[in-house]
Amino acid sequence: MKHKLSLMERFAAVPHAVWTVLFIVGPLLFVAYFAFTDTKGAFSLSNIELLSSYSHIFFLSICFSLVATAFCLLIGYPLAFVMSRCKPSTQKLLMVLLMLPTWISLLIRTYSLMTLLDNGGLVNSLLAKLGLSPLTMVGTGGAVILGMVYDFLPYMVLPIYTSMSKLDNRYLEAAADLGCNGLQTMFRVILPLTLPGVISGITMVFVPSISTFYISQKLGGGNFDLIGDTIERQFKYPSTYHVGAAISLVMMILILISTAVMNRFSDSDGKEMVV
Amino acid sequence: MKLLSRSYMWIVFALLYAPILVLVIFSFNDGGSLSSFTGISFRWYVELFHDSVALQSLKNSLFLALSSSAIATVIATFAALGLDRMRNRYVKGTIMGATNIPMMNPDIVTGVSMMLLFVALGGILGLSDLLGRWTMLIAHVTFTLPYVLLSVLPRFQQFDSTLREAAMDLGCTPTASFFKVELPAIIPGIVSGFVMGFTLSLDDFVISHFVSSPDFQTLPLYIYNQTAHNVKYSMYALCALIIVTILVLLLAVNFAGSIGRGKRRREVTK
Repeated sequence: MKHKLSLMERFAAVPHAVWTVLFIVGPLLFVAYFAFTDTKGAFSLSNIELLSSYSHIFFLSICFSLVATAFCLLIGYPLAFVMSRCKPSTQKLLMVLLMLPTWISLLIRTYSLMTLLDNGGLVNSLLAKLGLSPLTMVGTGGAVILGMVYDFLPYMVLPIYTSMSKLDNRYLEAAADLGCNGLQTMFRVILPLTLPGVISGITMVFVPSISTFYISQKLGGGNFDLIGDTIERQFKYPSTYHVGAAISLVMMILILISTAVMNRFSDSDGKEMVV
Repeated sequence: MKLLSRSYMWIVFALLYAPILVLVIFSFNDGGSLSSFTGISFRWYVELFHDSVALQSLKNSLFLALSSSAIATVIATFAALGLDRMRNRYVKGTIMGATNIPMMNPDIVTGVSMMLLFVALGGILGLSDLLGRWTMLIAHVTFTLPYVLLSVLPRFQQFDSTLREAAMDLGCTPTASFFKVELPAIIPGIVSGFVMGFTLSLDDFVISHFVSSPDFQTLPLYIYNQTAHNVKYSMYALCALIIVTILVLLLAVNFAGSIGRGKRRREVTK
């Protein structure tokens, strides 16, 4: 039975809708406006044309993010599988353990990782105690990628785990009964059934990796200029706001396209919030 | 095989927590070194509490986290009510889609876009610098809104609408039935949404970085500025304090959530 809506019920969502238009949709329009105007406010394509000189930065960022995403997948997929085969009560605890670090600021987590890897850090002092020569880690590309993997691994595990926990154990038994060995079950049964989770995991790691600037500043020691760093630098001085807006716009469109392509292969799996 | 896979799992978890734990432990290190632990001391905490800029940043952070999550909770609760009653699927889908933009977009784009809005607005109003306390507040409300909404809306959808009808049959007006019957059932979602918004606001760095001004710093911005060039040991103490606060808040939310669920289950079985 549908009752007549009261005045409050009918207009309850209005403040939220107004806020959304003003402060979510509006600002995005301003990004587009700044990207297509020059400092005097006249229409101009010069910012977009200037982007070609940033192509090596886009290339480097995409490479770093892809490698980091691949490592997250290689580490995270087996982890999600092992987690999903634990006792239900243990699984709940593991899920909380997995997601807790993501609620601690990226700034603090990256900083703590840098503390460990730094030249005078704990890892190098342990190496010295073992009689090994110290490693220079901070300032290398490997450290930047390690930082991305460390910071974003939970976002890979979460959606894969969600798909895995929906996987009926009887499928695995059926595959074994029909003569699959362990590897065949993995690649012909488990992997196809958990593909939606894998795909949303890839998006959830790739997007923050490609837009980060703090990780490359701290762990890259300023040796690596990623898209995030470039955007951040443009917004320090008003004269380069327009170029910064153009780079942001292009990055946003790239991400939107890749997300849309990825979503074609998956449903809304794994978007649930945990913790 | 089982042993192998279990040890793999625990190794990954250990690596995930190692840097955070090391940071917390070394914040008590007397020697102020990151490679050798020379004795327990609270000197970095003492130094932190004598640092007036850090204390001011703490005040700013708390003001911002409390007010932005309170505003976001009120807006999101009413929005959830409106969306739950809404019959037009297209309007509902559009609002939900627009709300989720900050969750899909990289933080840096959200930050940059809000900065441009405020800069353009400042230009129109003839003010040179609009950035500061109030722009921070608006930005924090904006990016916490979707998370609070996602925590409140399911509670509305799970609510048994026959209870509402029963209340009205017994003489409640729709408004009275909302406040007397529905709202008490929604409270756990509102509380966990509020705490979630609070933690998100407390440790946001990227968005704040773009919409703040030097005269309104929050703790994460202060940490960022302090750690830009050299290592400062009192920052370890500050990070450790933030980590512990966030973990305690989140465990409290999880704990409160499971109590709420347990209570409901008992009522059903009665």
